[in-house]
Amino acid sequence: MSISKNVADVSHSPSGIGGKLDFTITVYTENQVGLLNRIAIIFSRRKINIESLNVSPSEAEGIHRFTIVISETEEVVKKLCRQIEKQVEVLKAYHNTNDEIIWQEMALYKVPTDIIAEKVKVERLLHQHGARAVVIRKDYTIFETTGHREETEGLIKALEPYGLIEFVRSARVAIIKASNGFHEKLKEFEQTEPSEELVENEFLDKQDEVFTM
Amino acid sequence: METLEIIKDQKTAIKEPVSISGSQAVLEAFIAEGVHTVFGYPGGAIMPIYDALYDYNDKLEHILVRHEQGAIHAAQGFARTSGKVGAVFATSGPGATNLVTGLADAMIDSTPVVCVTGQVFAHLLGTDAFQEIDVINITAPVTKWNYQVTDATEIPHILAKAFYIARTGRPGPVLIDITKNAQIQKFDYEGYTKCEHIRSYRPKPIVRKQYIEDAAKLINEAKKPFVIFGQGVILGRAEKEFKAFIEKGGFPAAWTVLGLSAIPTDHPLNVGMLGMHGNYGPNVLTNECDVLIAIGMRFDDRVTGRLDKYAKQAKVIHLDIDPAEIDKNVKTAVPVWGDCKETLPMLTKLIDKKEHTEWLNKFHEYTKKEIEIVIHDELNPKTDVMTMGEVIKVLNELTNGDAIIVTDVGQHQMVACRYAKFNQSKSNITSGGLGTMGFGLPAAIGAKLGAPERTTVEIVGDGGFQMTIQELGTIMQYKVDVKIIILNNQFLGMVRQWQQLFNDKRYSFVDIQSPDFVQVAKGYGIAGQSVKDRKDLKSALQEMLDHKGAYLLEVMVGKENNVFPMVPQGCSVSEIRLQ
Repeated sequence: MSISKNVADVSHSPSGIGGKLDFTITVYTENQVGLLNRIAIIFSRRKINIESLNVSPSEAEGIHRFTIVISETEEVVKKLCRQIEKQVEVLKAYHNTNDEIIWQEMALYKVPTDIIAEKVKVERLLHQHGARAVVIRKDYTIFETTGHREETEGLIKALEPYGLIEFVRSARVAIIKASNGFHEKLKEFEQTEPSEELVENEFLDKQDEVFTM
Repeated sequence: METLEIIKDQKTAIKEPVSISGSQAVLEAFIAEGVHTVFGYPGGAIMPIYDALYDYNDKLEHILVRHEQGAIHAAQGFARTSGKVGAVFATSGPGATNLVTGLADAMIDSTPVVCVTGQVFAHLLGTDAFQEIDVINITAPVTKWNYQVTDATEIPHILAKAFYIARTGRPGPVLIDITKNAQIQKFDYEGYTKCEHIRSYRPKPIVRKQYIEDAAKLINEAKKPFVIFGQGVILGRAEKEFKAFIEKGGFPAAWTVLGLSAIPTDHPLNVGMLGMHGNYGPNVLTNECDVLIAIGMRFDDRVTGRLDKYAKQAKVIHLDIDPAEIDKNVKTAVPVWGDCKETLPMLTKLIDKKEHTEWLNKFHEYTKKEIEIVIHDELNPKTDVMTMGEVIKVLNELTNGDAIIVTDVGQHQMVACRYAKFNQSKSNITSGGLGTMGFGLPAAIGAKLGAPERTTVEIVGDGGFQMTIQELGTIMQYKVDVKIIILNNQFLGMVRQWQQLFNDKRYSFVDIQSPDFVQVAKGYGIAGQSVKDRKDLKSALQEMLDHKGAYLLEVMVGKENNVFPMVPQGCSVSEIRLQ
């Protein structure tokens, strides 16, 4: 996860490195202490690095949403999702490539205030990247940007020569383009009788136009 | 004492809440779930539960083991022969960590067990208190579900959830960690309600008709259909349905080590064992069939050998209750996701009544060859020292295939699974996925208690026996009628075999010395004898079976005998070696 690597290449290349692609795994779960560990060990056991992890309440009450980004082949990701769904407190796990989702990452930058006051170039730079000031103090100003990895990378590189004190990058949050939200799905889970469920399988996918939702 | 009487008589919701302790709630839950035998070992953090247990003598039988590992393996054996959920009590710290091996074993072999561990007081969590351990995180990978209870009011519904999760869907172990304050705390008990639904947990689906129809179509068109089955048939209680299925379609059927005994060993369609030490025919013909029907088995690597050379020519139909297993190792043409007790009859209805005599005969031809090269000499040796196989052969003659056979792990396990005769299901108890040495003795105790009217024979090696030898104390204390046969080859046989075949006979630390087992047994008040001559074998086995009570029979067998056939690691099933 070094900053100096050109992340753009790996993320956008369709075939990736060795067939590996960035996949965003969205998991809906009960809000249960200890579940984070159970999900994390599914990845670590297979020596898969979690590139990004976000856990927060979902739009449905009492239900949490995990957004996990890894770089793997589709075969492996499919199997991972099935293993994640095996966990009792997990309701559903979806996997999507970058073009199937809308995603954002946030970043905070701490810059010395005198640099911005004196150097017009820096101010212009920040404007160009759509950075907005969150906090302005005598010694430092904190800016925030929201966007994709490459955008934040670009701003960091640009700010470094001017004396960037610190920056922090958040995890990815993503919404699946084809989704309808989780409320309807949750109703299915609350029923005591199981509903028709589909197993993701090439054989079946050829038969119907089926989404995992 | 009065409150206890009220609760004992009423199983479900009671009108007036009664004030009971968390410990009593635990015991009430166990009883309501049909548990009548618990295996356990007390300790500081679980003392309140044990104190409450003192008054439940007539409702709950507690077996005091000699090591917590013995408790959980016994619970596994109990679950496997009785079909019920095994139950374990252990204390915090080392008591809980001693359960980990058994939990891993139950997890990978899908055995329903509920373990209740004591834990330090809730306000001491995370302070490195005496015998405090983070049991929830240690057991996270080896349990189907676990939970820490810090308040007594949670106990009834959490235990209900625990039993529901343990026994439904693909069964597995569940651990509930109860802090000491929760055990002591009194609360208003409103009765026990069994869990019937958890919104995030789907034990089994409504079967999609399309799967069944597509599978039936493939099967009906098949010229060489081959059925392979595992423990799923037994866990699903679908032995009858399975038998009807294979009989209608005329399919040759082969089993995994855990599927053994789902159909009688002498059934005409039973063509033998799969896997690394399985039979010749089933292994070779896996790569010649055109439709492979897998039922309740998970394509373990010991069964498949090299996956890139496994059944590539066949269309695979996989019947399993766990959707994560389908397509995990082997690509399926038709995934039949469901409970095989439901899916099998649906499938049987749609398939044609057929016989595949020519195809079945192919298996018989391979069997003939295997008998010639391997089996005959193993079961009827001319050597001075006895073979493991001949001991099993004589045992079969005396038990007629009605006994429960519990094995440990190693060469003896493979020999016993290959040659033992079984007439009924739930008769083969062994550690498959984890291969835990030391499993046999405690599991045999549990197995006997789970099916008390049947004869239970444990077959174990000199190595494995020493791993859990302390459980002889449990047999002594509760007078458990377990028959123990130690096949003593004075080696850690399986490893020695690999060292002989693959490491140029560099026997690195496999020559293990054993005590005089008969003397040790005598010290535990258990009868027994040791034989090394063929002429003494049958009478010794008969004496063991006739003896009223536990019996230990040590049989000295060939030191450097090998188990064949064998599919060496990394090889294809077609490359199975006969010698």
